[in-house]
Amino acid sequence: MYSNLWLIPFFPLIGSIINGLFGKKIKNEAVIGGIATGLMFLSFLVAAQNFFKLLGDKEKVHELVIASWMSVGNFQLNWELLLDPLSAVMIMVVTGVGTLIHLYSIGYMHGDESFYRFFSYLNLFAFAMLMLVLGGNALVMFIGWEGVGLCSYLLIGYYYEKKSASTAANKAFIVNRVGDFGFLCGLFVLFWALAEKGVWTLNFVEIAESGHLLESGGLLITVVTLCFFLGATGKSAQIPLFTWLPDAMEGPTPVSALIHAATMVTAGVYMIGRMNGLFAMAPATMMTIAIVGGLTAFFAATIGLAQNDIKRVLAYSTVSQLGYMFLAMGVGAFSAGIFHLMTHAFFKACLFLGSGSVIHGLHHAYHHAHLHDDPQDMRNMGGIRKKMPITFITFLVSTIAISGIPFFSGFFSKDEILWWSFGSTRGHCLLWVLGAAAAGMTAFYMFRLVFMTFFGEQKTDARAKDHIPESPFTITIPLMVLGFLALIGGYIGVPKILGGANRFHAFLAPVFEHAQHANEIHAHGSHATEYTLMAISVAIAIIGIFTAWVMYVKNPELPGKFVARFAGAHRVIFNKWYIDELYDFVFVNPCKKIGTFLWRGVDVKIVDGVVNGCAWVVKGIGSGLRYTQSGYLYNYAMIMVVGVVLIVGFFVF
Amino acid sequence: MENLVQEAIQNVNLQAIMPSLVLCVFGMAILMVSVFSKRGSTTHIAWLSIAALVVTGFVTLIGWNNPQAGFAGSVLLDNFATFFSMICIIAAGLTILMSDDYLRREGYPVSEYYPLILFTTAGAMWMASGTDLMTIFLGLEVLSVSLYVLAGFFRNQTRSNEAGLKYFFLGAFSTGFLLYGVALLYGVTGTTKVDGIAAYLMANPEAAMNTMFIAGGSLLLVGFLFKVAAAPFHMWTPDVYQGAPTPITAFMSAGPKAAAFAALMRVTIIGLDGLQSELTSLFWILAVLTMTIGNFIALTQKDLKRMLAYSSISHAGYVMVGLVAWNEIGLSAILFYMLVYTFMNMGAFAVLVLIGKKGEDNLTLDGVAGLGYKKPILGIVLSIFLFSLMGLPPTAGFTAKFYIFAGAIEAGYIWLAVLGVLNSAVSLYYYLRVMVQMYFKDPEEDFAWVSINGPVTISIVVSAVGVLYLGIFPHTLMSLAKLAGF
Amino acid sequence: MITVNHYLLLSAILFAIGTFGVLTRKNAIVIFMCIEVMLNSVNLTFIALSRHVGNMDGQIFVFFVMTVAAAEAAVGLALMIAFFRNKESIDTDDFNMLKW
Repeated sequence: MYSNLWLIPFFPLIGSIINGLFGKKIKNEAVIGGIATGLMFLSFLVAAQNFFKLLGDKEKVHELVIASWMSVGNFQLNWELLLDPLSAVMIMVVTGVGTLIHLYSIGYMHGDESFYRFFSYLNLFAFAMLMLVLGGNALVMFIGWEGVGLCSYLLIGYYYEKKSASTAANKAFIVNRVGDFGFLCGLFVLFWALAEKGVWTLNFVEIAESGHLLESGGLLITVVTLCFFLGATGKSAQIPLFTWLPDAMEGPTPVSALIHAATMVTAGVYMIGRMNGLFAMAPATMMTIAIVGGLTAFFAATIGLAQNDIKRVLAYSTVSQLGYMFLAMGVGAFSAGIFHLMTHAFFKACLFLGSGSVIHGLHHAYHHAHLHDDPQDMRNMGGIRKKMPITFITFLVSTIAISGIPFFSGFFSKDEILWWSFGSTRGHCLLWVLGAAAAGMTAFYMFRLVFMTFFGEQKTDARAKDHIPESPFTITIPLMVLGFLALIGGYIGVPKILGGANRFHAFLAPVFEHAQHANEIHAHGSHATEYTLMAISVAIAIIGIFTAWVMYVKNPELPGKFVARFAGAHRVIFNKWYIDELYDFVFVNPCKKIGTFLWRGVDVKIVDGVVNGCAWVVKGIGSGLRYTQSGYLYNYAMIMVVGVVLIVGFFVF
Repeated sequence: MENLVQEAIQNVNLQAIMPSLVLCVFGMAILMVSVFSKRGSTTHIAWLSIAALVVTGFVTLIGWNNPQAGFAGSVLLDNFATFFSMICIIAAGLTILMSDDYLRREGYPVSEYYPLILFTTAGAMWMASGTDLMTIFLGLEVLSVSLYVLAGFFRNQTRSNEAGLKYFFLGAFSTGFLLYGVALLYGVTGTTKVDGIAAYLMANPEAAMNTMFIAGGSLLLVGFLFKVAAAPFHMWTPDVYQGAPTPITAFMSAGPKAAAFAALMRVTIIGLDGLQSELTSLFWILAVLTMTIGNFIALTQKDLKRMLAYSSISHAGYVMVGLVAWNEIGLSAILFYMLVYTFMNMGAFAVLVLIGKKGEDNLTLDGVAGLGYKKPILGIVLSIFLFSLMGLPPTAGFTAKFYIFAGAIEAGYIWLAVLGVLNSAVSLYYYLRVMVQMYFKDPEEDFAWVSINGPVTISIVVSAVGVLYLGIFPHTLMSLAKLAGF
Repeated sequence: MITVNHYLLLSAILFAIGTFGVLTRKNAIVIFMCIEVMLNSVNLTFIALSRHVGNMDGQIFVFFVMTVAAAEAAVGLALMIAFFRNKESIDTDDFNMLKW
């Protein structure tokens, strides 16, 4: 029935192999880009076919076993894919947005010396991401999980000649290791806990079915879910592991759009959704998730207020929006979280691609004028709307969507999350306050970005400002499509009180309903409350936009005064709450000090890059043991004789 | 007298040694060909040796599911022996493929090299099929003596000399222990046949307390533990691996090691079955010691060959976990692991062969800086091998470790499995350092001398395909390994 | 009366002497001789036990051990000569390029 499911990840894999192996020989950019984009589009077609088939199908959960992988005793592990409403939504997002971004990259990466390498990585990423979302058991998912991580590092470090890029790649690498460690721990403990109950499985459907064997709210389930959540914070850049994502903007802009906004970073949210049955059974974990999500949404938004690099603003906005999704997961609004994941993929991809279009244009202009200004600094922009009308309109639509203005996609998803965080049995009004405040700031900094970039007078260097072109059609087409989706994407999930049927919710219900019912998770409250909350959040958003307008269009000198007035607060926010410094102070520096102290005399060079504090101890033992290997024959013979004596002694006594 | 001769001839059954016989005949013929060949031209010898290995491979496969005993029960060519023989043949083939260009680059285009590899392989096959300590000993010595020469093959290079000599002295030293052990066992049981020893132990369980028997058994083990480089008999490994010619290092880490494991398994599982509980607790300690020492010292290494040497020690430790488990999954996992290890380790070495310059002083961590960008395909392939050595899915290294640890868990050694997994986590660091160098460091070299058009590429491709195929579809091979186990 | 135990004791002593020599001597030739002493002590054990046990296996084993020892001697001496040509020494203290 759904037997062609395997084609979805297969197409990008083929593309990656072709471009990776033969790309250098092909050379022709149109061919390379065409192969990559075309295969991605084929994958999208297959995904769409399966998606619509599933829409009309009564049976909503389908497993496709491709091959047997390993079997030991009564434990059977397969290469299997799982298609249910959740993964169906995800494959549509990944292949759809993915195809558009591939298309965009053809124009954006034009002229890059290793064009083929970029597309090979990008296709490989799509493959890994599709394995992640389609994987029918935790191990297949883990392969995808590691795979997207790998591609992400490769793509962040794509301009490896740039020191900052390779540093950022290393940082992402290390931080993600921490998260992966959590994921693996969770997996082991879960596997062991279920095996204790006689169920040997890693299959998601079976895990969901036998989840009730574990004690609801017990220590075990809390530990398991917290470990998984640690994995999710690493991949999805939540407090405390969010510092790598803004640095990841060193990668090319399409990468930021695809990996670091629309797809990979949402893997954590998806994973929680996938195991919602387990999470719903652990209220303590849920509460942690909600608090972490809410705080991340809030703090990242504050940092976004003061950034001047266009991509950094978007990066912090991404962290903040991911925080929303976690908030949704934490209060049990699983389908709302996934809904926001989807709309966010549309508008954030559009925003990133739009910023890429602006950067591309400015870069072109600077190049033309032989200048070396920073094409990502918003202070050098302004008034671009006339130069790049398509970019401007799509960007504006997406900004309105992310700000939560009614009848744009972001409004519906964000509002549902806010409603649940207030009214859910797992919610709390403080969570709502965090979310609403973050929403106001989001509206402010996003419009600040729009005003600084597209409105006002042109601050670009005079020699360059007349040479800013609108981007080519490979760039503008994806922008228009995504802008359109950002506009209408929300209408599949119009809530009941606005006269909609919330079809999205109904579609995902087979995945989430069971866990929500079993653990009594639901949102309650009168319609009046719901209307009021909705009105408040819209009002907050409008206030945010108005403030931005006042500060950046009407009285452009205001921000300067403001900064001068609140210099301390601004400094803190501008420097991202000193989180990086704090980490350096609390974790990195003491480790370094201890390390230097221990090894000053021994002249052991502290390892480049990967090694953290724990590794120093291990390495220390290694260095000690290493000196047993003296190079002298008689020492070796001596150790052998000692070994012989010990072994004989072991047996005789 | 007449009768005795008749009986002896009937007992011979050449079928039982046919694979190694074929290989030896080929080896000697190729030696003759090389005498009449022009000095310095070795390519045809290499391809002839490959042909010899292919023929031997077919002859060996005939023996699958068709066990042949011969020489009055001294040789048994069963599935177990066939499986290990195939591992050795594959290892030898991959070695030869990566050798030709290498020998020319290093300035030693000497054709005796190839027959020596064939003889080593023949010796390894005897070890795998020997059921008498005498045949096992002979196989071990044929293998060792050829390897001593191969390790010291670059006779004008002090490093290679030193590797050969160290290997020779320590190898001969361990042979002394092995032989003394055989002698003592013979004294107690009156036989050198593996099943004879088992029968004696069955009939006289009190022999397990006999000092002479115990001492003999443990000295015998020492000989094999030396060959598989288990701690504390691993000391030779890093030095010899570092100094020997790179393809030989690759070969030593796969073929002879597999053969030594085969002999170790046959002797312990069949011969010393009565001592299971004592042996497993010994192997438990040795396995932990071996993998820990290997992994920890590997962390500090800058020379890639030496790092892979320590890594090979740690892998021997993982394999021993299967021996501790002593059950069907664990033991068949050893067979599986050795084949997988052959692919992944030889693949990694083949990449090193390719990127080395004359003298190989650039095979250090710094030497691979930026390789991933300058030679993307090579970088990806090396990453695949490293991922496999780390034991990450979907490579074969993962499935192999999975089976090994699953065996240990099934036998109730959960802590051993946990220690193994922790050790794998430690090993991530040093393998990852290579990848960090490849991808996150600025290239200092352009790697222009690397040409991927030689036969080395075949061995890299075969290894990579093997690693990925066995990682994704391990089922077939694992069921074969189960048929081959005891 | 000389029993099998006397032979065994003698060969054990020889074996120990050989082992001790390997551990303490620095000259490669002498070490090699010590290894030969070990192998020959094993041969003595085999022959004595063969007589004691009453079958020929042990004596046959001795033939193989002798053959193998001869082959090892050939290879070992060749390696030493190669090393001597490069370093003009066969002192084991000079085998120390490869370490750590």
